[in-house]
Amino acid sequence: MTGMDLFANLPGLLLAVPLIFAFATPLIGRYLPRARDGWVLLGMVLTTVIGLLIASAVFTGGTVAYTFGVPDPSVTVPPDSGGIPVRIIFNIDAMSAFMVVIAVVTGLCVMLYSLSAASRSSGKDGYYTLFLLLVAGVLGMVCTGDLFNFFVFLEIASLAGAALVAFRVDKGIAIEAGLKYAMLSTIGGLFFLLGVALLFGQYNTLNIAFLAERMGTTGLTTPDAVALVLFVTALAMKCGAVPMHFWAPDAYAMAPAAVTAFLVVSSQASLYALFRICFSLYGQTLNTVLLGWFIIILGLLSMFIGVTMAILQKDVKRLMAYHAVSQTGYMLLGVGVGLAVLSSPLLLSNFGMMAMEGGIFHIMNHAFYKGLLFLTAGVIFYRCGTRNLNDLGGLGHSMKWTMLFFIIGALAIAGIPPFNGFASKLMIYESVFSFNPLLSIIAMVVSILTLASFVKVFHSIFMGPKRPEFADVTEAPLPMLFGMGVLSILVILFGIFPEQVVEVMVAPAASALADQAGYIGSVMGGA
Amino acid sequence: MKQSNIVRITADIMFPFIMIFGAYVVLHGHLTPGGGFQGGAVMASGVVLLLIAHCDKDIKTLIPTQILKNVETFGLLLFGLSALAAVILGSGFFTNWLVNTGLLFGTPVEYGPNPGYLNTGGVIPVMNIAVGLEVLAALSVIAVIMFRSTEPDCGGEEQ
Repeated sequence: MTGMDLFANLPGLLLAVPLIFAFATPLIGRYLPRARDGWVLLGMVLTTVIGLLIASAVFTGGTVAYTFGVPDPSVTVPPDSGGIPVRIIFNIDAMSAFMVVIAVVTGLCVMLYSLSAASRSSGKDGYYTLFLLLVAGVLGMVCTGDLFNFFVFLEIASLAGAALVAFRVDKGIAIEAGLKYAMLSTIGGLFFLLGVALLFGQYNTLNIAFLAERMGTTGLTTPDAVALVLFVTALAMKCGAVPMHFWAPDAYAMAPAAVTAFLVVSSQASLYALFRICFSLYGQTLNTVLLGWFIIILGLLSMFIGVTMAILQKDVKRLMAYHAVSQTGYMLLGVGVGLAVLSSPLLLSNFGMMAMEGGIFHIMNHAFYKGLLFLTAGVIFYRCGTRNLNDLGGLGHSMKWTMLFFIIGALAIAGIPPFNGFASKLMIYESVFSFNPLLSIIAMVVSILTLASFVKVFHSIFMGPKRPEFADVTEAPLPMLFGMGVLSILVILFGIFPEQVVEVMVAPAASALADQAGYIGSVMGGA
Repeated sequence: MKQSNIVRITADIMFPFIMIFGAYVVLHGHLTPGGGFQGGAVMASGVVLLLIAHCDKDIKTLIPTQILKNVETFGLLLFGLSALAAVILGSGFFTNWLVNTGLLFGTPVEYGPNPGYLNTGGVIPVMNIAVGLEVLAALSVIAVIMFRSTEPDCGGEEQ
């Protein structure tokens, strides 16, 4: 084996490493319990390194297509197949690479945090196994270029996620939340599978690029349209868009905080798939104005209903969960505007690309600051044993670092400079304003409501005199602080240098998403 | 509650046959309908039969759950590592590196119809065996855990 071979096989290893580390964790946990933490951390670090290597290869050298099960993985279409890509292919373009970066960075921070957060709970073997499986599922979802393969990874991520939501039994409440998540994920998954079947019945292929090419030649048929409806419904449900958001507050609130931070990424992988299907699979075949407006309206509903529901909440994690719904609305809005003007090159270059860049940039920013906020909520629960805002108070005296991280996260989610939320929200406001000023104004109002809500949370958790019942509360343990610290640094860095991030990662991701021909060409060759 | 002698003795006699049939389905996965999952599920049904027939006895001594859990992990690792071995040998992930090598499951096969040779297929039968072990162990562990929660009347109906 040479270094060259290993490098060519990185996309395969991206999947193999978390899976094998996950499978071996129960054995290690049983016979070498002291080595378990090191083992799972090693697995996550290796996955992160592989993910970042792939991403840098994609951002510098363009799309990487990886075929499974052949001696030379770069050959996507076998010479004797009559020009049909018969095998499972990972098609990692800039948008996929962007999602990989989000998943591995958040995953690593969450893993560091988990090492001390889960130290007091039983069943750690299962916890880490499921967590690594969830990571593998999300990485598969964002990398795969095959619709059925996507369904498989969606199910892996859903089942691992549901089991993790129910991990802390909590008198059965968490089990109920986990069951709800599993049930809705399965319904979503089956909708998706039915859509895949409709496409497979017509085109005899599951490869997204090849499907897109064939659909482009036949035009949009009625079954295609039905399949699109099924895909959009299933994935909008999985990413927690209003009116299919009802699982999100339960699942996010009841899961252990570290899991919630990664469930956000898992939901965003579904969001990625929604965009991938709208742009790369259907793309120009479709009346994108209508679909774009549909996604914009989903986004508006999510933004507004999410934030208004959040204001009422008393459970801090439930409140943050509604904010997660609300923030998803920004991404839908930004990318929806891009989709609505996709067929007009002039409008696309005037503001459409910028709206898409804003929406896509917001995915990454949201993963980092929302992850950070959920982790601070987890620390507060870890130390105080309650998430109820009415019972908390005066923690600023004893948890100074946690308070600082919370402030950073809260200001970022509200879109205050110089944090990363400001950068992406500004891009969305500006570009959406040229599309339709009203949408932009609603987005700004939602931001103000978000700020108001987080001022309330900040005040009731950290301000006020020291409470007697929390007299012995101390600062969070070091690994937890480290995990949160890394995320905070990213939040600040991305806020101060948004231009560099946009140039290196976000703009290529947005243009990869808009460039359907490029996506098809990377698998089918030529084009 | 104790099952009748007929149920217990029939279950004991059936058990090895069910396991052998399940193993047959697993091993011939690359030649006949079925495969790792189907054969593993057949084998697990044998374990469930034992559980029902002997539910008055201590389940821990009847079915060694810990060994089953290890078997499950072993199956998963065998699957993952046989796919990863292809990368170590210098080709793509999941490449069939055993086929036509003359080694285990590696007998080359002539083009055209044949009666079905067992020692062919490369890593496909290896992965079938891995999946079969995993499914046998996992379904059995699930059944044991569900049975435990119904103790002591083991969920059977009154006769």
